[in-house]
Amino acid sequence: MHGISPQQFAGSVASFLWPYYLALAAMNGIFAYYLWQKSENRPFFSLPTPGFAFRFTPALLWTIVAIVYVFLASLAIGAHLESMPQVPQGFRDFVNASSKATIYSLGTTAVLVVLYLFRSWFVRPMVAWSIWNLMLLFLGLSMPDPNFFSIVAKPDNVPIVALVFLLAFFTWLAAYRAVENDRRMDEGLPPVEKLDDEKVLVWPDLVYTEMICMIALSAVLIFWAIWLQAPLEEPASSVKTPNPSKAPWYFLGLQEMLVYYDPWMAGVVLPSLIIVGLMAIPYIDFNKQGNGYYTIRERRFAYITFQLGFLELWVTLIVLGTLLRGPNWNFFGPYEYWDAHKVEALTNVNMSEYFWQYWLHRSLPTAPPNSTWSTQLGYILLREAPGIILVLGYFIMLPPLMAVTVLRRYYQRMGFIRYMVLANLLLFMAALPIKMVLRWTINLKYLIAIPEYFLNF
Amino acid sequence: MARLGEIIYESQIWKSIFRHPMPVDRRNRIVVMLTNFFLHLHPVSIKKQGIALSYTWCMGGVTFFLFLVETVTGVLLMFYYRPTLEWAYNDILALRDIYSLGIMREIHRWGAHAMVITVWLHMYRVFLTGSYKPPREFNWVIGVILLLLTLLLSFTGYLLPWDQLAVWAITVGSNMARATPILGHEGPGHQFLTLGYPMITSGTDARFALLGARNVGEETLNRFYILHCIAIPLAVSLLLAIHFWRVRKDGGISGPL
Ligand code: HEM
Repeated sequence: MHGISPQQFAGSVASFLWPYYLALAAMNGIFAYYLWQKSENRPFFSLPTPGFAFRFTPALLWTIVAIVYVFLASLAIGAHLESMPQVPQGFRDFVNASSKATIYSLGTTAVLVVLYLFRSWFVRPMVAWSIWNLMLLFLGLSMPDPNFFSIVAKPDNVPIVALVFLLAFFTWLAAYRAVENDRRMDEGLPPVEKLDDEKVLVWPDLVYTEMICMIALSAVLIFWAIWLQAPLEEPASSVKTPNPSKAPWYFLGLQEMLVYYDPWMAGVVLPSLIIVGLMAIPYIDFNKQGNGYYTIRERRFAYITFQLGFLELWVTLIVLGTLLRGPNWNFFGPYEYWDAHKVEALTNVNMSEYFWQYWLHRSLPTAPPNSTWSTQLGYILLREAPGIILVLGYFIMLPPLMAVTVLRRYYQRMGFIRYMVLANLLLFMAALPIKMVLRWTINLKYLIAIPEYFLNF
Repeated sequence: MARLGEIIYESQIWKSIFRHPMPVDRRNRIVVMLTNFFLHLHPVSIKKQGIALSYTWCMGGVTFFLFLVETVTGVLLMFYYRPTLEWAYNDILALRDIYSLGIMREIHRWGAHAMVITVWLHMYRVFLTGSYKPPREFNWVIGVILLLLTLLLSFTGYLLPWDQLAVWAITVGSNMARATPILGHEGPGHQFLTLGYPMITSGTDARFALLGARNVGEETLNRFYILHCIAIPLAVSLLLAIHFWRVRKDGGISGPL
């Protein structure tokens, strides 16, 4: 933190942390109470102690966790950084040293895959609640780190932190219900939603729910507004460029794509395709099942594709772009100081250079000086031929190829036009991770590089 | 007390406003839904799962509520804010330091962020319950446009404080338009639009149309202000009306057949 003294910093951390830990304590306390009220509070184990049986139940576990949080809150309230519990320095150094855009992207992908494959274990309330607690605890323990704090507590970044937790919660909720429904349907039972078929009057049932929602939400907004002041920096100046210059957070996924694609792709073509692709979903998803209830098994392809697009390519890129990209759009670990002088060696190579120079050991084809416009174009096309062939092959050859192989069933059910829309959308979506991997593995800059016509792909 | 209530409920004024008795019995609970303007958005009765929080997450409703909050706080902010280079920043400063209604700016800003999040969550739940499937395909399409407009609302509003954060975020965001294929002056293929002289230059391209100038400046502020306060909210209101109407016409909240 710059411009404020360590005491002030400790003070602002403490003023966040102690209410935070108390809220977590309350959350666990309420959960424990709820479990205790329910009959199915089966003990993890019982100790046959003399006199009475000591039963270690979930309710007891979460009560203990709640007490630990109260203890953490009491440590934080003193506003002494030394006494605040925090993640060990060694761990922070390790995370900083090992985090890179590659590790981050592959890591989040791996996590999502594992969560998906073992979803019936992860959605179990005890497991999910433990993970939930660990996520929140991790945030709390990281806050005393000045670098972490200065990124996460930046007023305009608070919504993203909220988004991550909300998405974790709602993804759990949906998956929990889907797993339950899938199990029921295996047993020949209808989905749980079917059980609530009975009709109720909107007044009072819905109208009151809405009113309570509105009051709760107003309260949240008012507290948020009092607690956190809206940011206002220095007056605008066209000469002082901030470093990094970032778009609003919800567009940072697109800004992150700029690392891999030129603006015409990352800023215009891909966003337009996202909108078009979203609109096309109802017309290309011909699966009649899974309408009006949570399920994964009955619409596995749609589910996986959407989650890949939304959670992986949209949300994790936003998190990366907002929290982990610092000056010069360099990657910084979560506990790393945003050093404007950090240099990252960039030696990216174009496909044409690979082809002509590295493999054929020749110079790039260049038009003779003073040649006509069309000769020049011819030379450009020759120079970029390898990339052009690859890209055209990708977009022209793959759809029919997939139609007779992996997506055969889809092609037969969908007809030509709908199938082509689906296939092309999928290919464009896959183009981003493919380009990422090419960049990480062979430092590929552009498959097609025609700066003469501003056409780099 | 009870008598006072009776006097009020029996008075001509009360009866002229609410066209029905208090909804305490079944008959009047139905009547209230049919005769009250605000409530008639809703059906009279609804399947239990259509109002189960664990099913709908209430995210569409929350988004709508946030839109209303933004409208009200936005109007209050407009009383204090002038979209000119001379005043914009100072008016925001004054909102922070002087006016007691300045808290409206906080509510407006955090409400806007929250709205972006809740639209995403709403879309997420609609997807995960497969609620875009027939007969609701077109309502999903309307929803996608609403999603886009919500983002644009937030984006245009981001510029108005006219501080470093605002101006550079919009600069970075709108720089992309420069690279629009054919229509941006740094976009692929723009050279092909010529009439002997280049048609697409930094003074005629897509970015210029967005900003009203070659750089983010006074014209941009004016443009974004009008988009933010008038054009986009009107479009959103219209689409919301259609969106809600379609929810009803498509058979209410989705559910298993
Ligand atoms: C300004 C933004 C939006 C508002 C205020 C809004 C509001 C609502 C409300 C109040 C409902 C009733 C059910 C519920 O609350 O879940 C609803 C349903 C629906 N919304 Fe939205 N919505 C918005 C954006 C979207 C978006 C972005 C999509 C999808 C891309 C979408 C698609 C739908 C569909 C398909 C339904 C019917 C769902 C069902 O029957 O289960 N809406 N919307």
